[in-house]
Amino acid sequence: MYGRKVKLRFLFVVLILITLILTAFLVLKSLEENVVYFQSPSEIKALSELDKKKIRVGGMVKKDSILVKASEVKFVITDFKNEINVTYTGAIPNLFEEEKGVVAEGFLKDRNFFSATKILAKHDENYMPPEVKQALGEK
Amino acid sequence: MLFSVIGNYSLFLGLFFGFVLFYFSVKNFRNSKVLDTKILSFTFLQFFLVVISFLCLVLSFVVSDFSNETVFNNSHTTKPIFYKIAGTWGNHEGSLLLWLLVLTLFILIFLVKTKNQPIKYRILTLVFQQIIIIGFFIFLIKTSNPFNYIYPIPTEGLGLNPILQDPALAIHPPILYLGYVGSSIIFSSVLAATTLNIVSKRWASHIKKWILSSWIFLTLGILLGSIWAYYELGWGGFWFWDPVENVSLMPWLALTTLLHCILVLEKKLILTSWVIILSISTFALSMSGTFLVRSGILNSVHTFANDPERGLFILIFLFSLIFLSLFIFFFFHKTNKNNLSSFFWLSKETAIIVNNWFMMYFLSVVLIGTIYPIFLDVISSQKISVGPPFYHKLIIPFLIPFLLIMAIGPKLKWIKSNLDDKIYLISLLIISILLSILIVKNFSSNFLINTILISSALYLFFITLRDFFNKGFKNLAQNMAHFGFSLLILSILFNSLFSSEIITNLKVGETFENTKTKIVFESISQKEEKNYNSIVAKFTVQDSKGKLENLSPELRIYNQPNIATSEADIKTTLLSDKFIVINIVQNQEFFNVRYQVKPFMLWIWISVILISVGGLVSFVKKEYEK
Repeated sequence: MYGRKVKLRFLFVVLILITLILTAFLVLKSLEENVVYFQSPSEIKALSELDKKKIRVGGMVKKDSILVKASEVKFVITDFKNEINVTYTGAIPNLFEEEKGVVAEGFLKDRNFFSATKILAKHDENYMPPEVKQALGEK
Repeated sequence: MLFSVIGNYSLFLGLFFGFVLFYFSVKNFRNSKVLDTKILSFTFLQFFLVVISFLCLVLSFVVSDFSNETVFNNSHTTKPIFYKIAGTWGNHEGSLLLWLLVLTLFILIFLVKTKNQPIKYRILTLVFQQIIIIGFFIFLIKTSNPFNYIYPIPTEGLGLNPILQDPALAIHPPILYLGYVGSSIIFSSVLAATTLNIVSKRWASHIKKWILSSWIFLTLGILLGSIWAYYELGWGGFWFWDPVENVSLMPWLALTTLLHCILVLEKKLILTSWVIILSISTFALSMSGTFLVRSGILNSVHTFANDPERGLFILIFLFSLIFLSLFIFFFFHKTNKNNLSSFFWLSKETAIIVNNWFMMYFLSVVLIGTIYPIFLDVISSQKISVGPPFYHKLIIPFLIPFLLIMAIGPKLKWIKSNLDDKIYLISLLIISILLSILIVKNFSSNFLINTILISSALYLFFITLRDFFNKGFKNLAQNMAHFGFSLLILSILFNSLFSSEIITNLKVGETFENTKTKIVFESISQKEEKNYNSIVAKFTVQDSKGKLENLSPELRIYNQPNIATSEADIKTTLLSDKFIVINIVQNQEFFNVRYQVKPFMLWIWISVILISVGGLVSFVKKEYEK
């Protein structure tokens, strides 16, 4: 009834549609699973329920709070309203200093303790991550 | 002072000639028997003016003229002369001037090299290119003039960010820009060809050279950035799926797809719409790359301080260009009616099309991962980041069919074919599978996916390797690039499977020991250089076989700006890299030590070079195959 060309074109369109839907589904699902949310110490304090997922915490490294031991580094992140204690095992970036902005990625143990798996490096001493700026800007 | 004045006026004159050229081109287009000689000379003049302007900026950097704001912000008298020069494009203003320089250079080369193309096509390409050039001139002069004065004149500059003071990063931007900006010529040319309806086989083989050159530079530019990140950032990796890296990968993916489409177009005159769309997207992605890096909108760990107003300008400019090109595409593009007449499932073009779809998929994944955080921030002001697992999960499974089609595709003939040589193809597949089982068997986690992945990469590896001996110089370019790609995937896989890492904090004289490795922190010494002081540490590392290795990573404290950087010490051998980097934590006696053994690092670099050499071979190849 229909020509070969029409059938082929129809098949083609259906194939593309299916692929698109499949792709969209895959991407969205994967996004949902792998997105890391950013929170400030104050937001963590206000949490009603602790999240098991990986998050990022950002703010200022509190003065005189860095303590280095053989196996770990401890420090305090503050947004000048609330603080959170961080323990960290891993490589430390060059611009990690007291009274400088920092972003740590890891898991919450409770509202006061955060176990970091990564500290993000910055490449410019003038640069402040936008989240940190916002977290601090509200003070 | 003088240089700034000359440079500044050259810029204004260059912009003026942009308008002049636009006017003459439109005039010439109406009466196009011959190319107006004025056009060529004005194009040269415009290029010359930008060169002068650029040289003025370089000279201002060399003589440390701090009355110039750009120099003041990014240079320092104690900086070595090499980095004074490289500092010219190590900042926003200078790098945009470099963009402009390459833009004007390319249109000049284009006009000189296309003497045997239709005159209308050449003029129209020039018109579109001038629109881009004028846009960039205005952008540069209005939002980021590199020749702004400061008064009173400071006696000392602020210095260049120390991590940019590095040979690889000094040449990384120019190379990358040659790739980015090269796509502007492709863009203008495609728009011109579409408007005149001359998208043909002849046009395809002419624009192919431009696509290739742009692609080669982009590949090498990404490679340099990656090598730099590996040894300078001290994270011991070469790719982090960071937004700034992604924005260079996206045009690369689009360009690679375009390269394959143009080959099909050259042979068979199909896929014209694809070629047009891809050319437009490649340039749009290159532009938005600049936009995203410069606007400060990206939440990136790479991001340098920047300015939102600039981003807005690029965004508006970008959208008008996209709008213009879509308009041209929908109003002028006529599809060939006989597209499907000789189309069979088992053919080279089917393989190329299928893999193009895969590459478009990879591109969309990277695009979504990069812009989704921005999108979410705008609509719900939630701050998120998308990490490597997202990309790995969505890309890796699809690499398997991608690699297999890459292996089989070139074996097929154009139009319609049967597979010859089936025994070889199947036996190589079996060998690959067995070999990869052998390699992966000690790793229980993800056994299945790793085996399949390595098998398909090995398969491509063997098939391309065999073709080197079998076919010799026939299809050398394609074979080399595909061989390089298989080597790249294999090296990355082995690298991620067999890497090991130790991170610990040590005081001087202490020793770290586990079952496999013993790290002794022997001593530290101090060294004084012109613009930094450094602490050089001495480590002795003993591996499980008892082999000793001396490594001395360095910690540099630059005087201006006052920043510490870690210089990793890397011992490279054919099979693996030993990588050590130290960092000092404020007011503490501990040093943060990171030691990594990274197999096949060298081969990652070599394979990318092979891929671009493949492009180069295709670029210089005479058209003897026809």
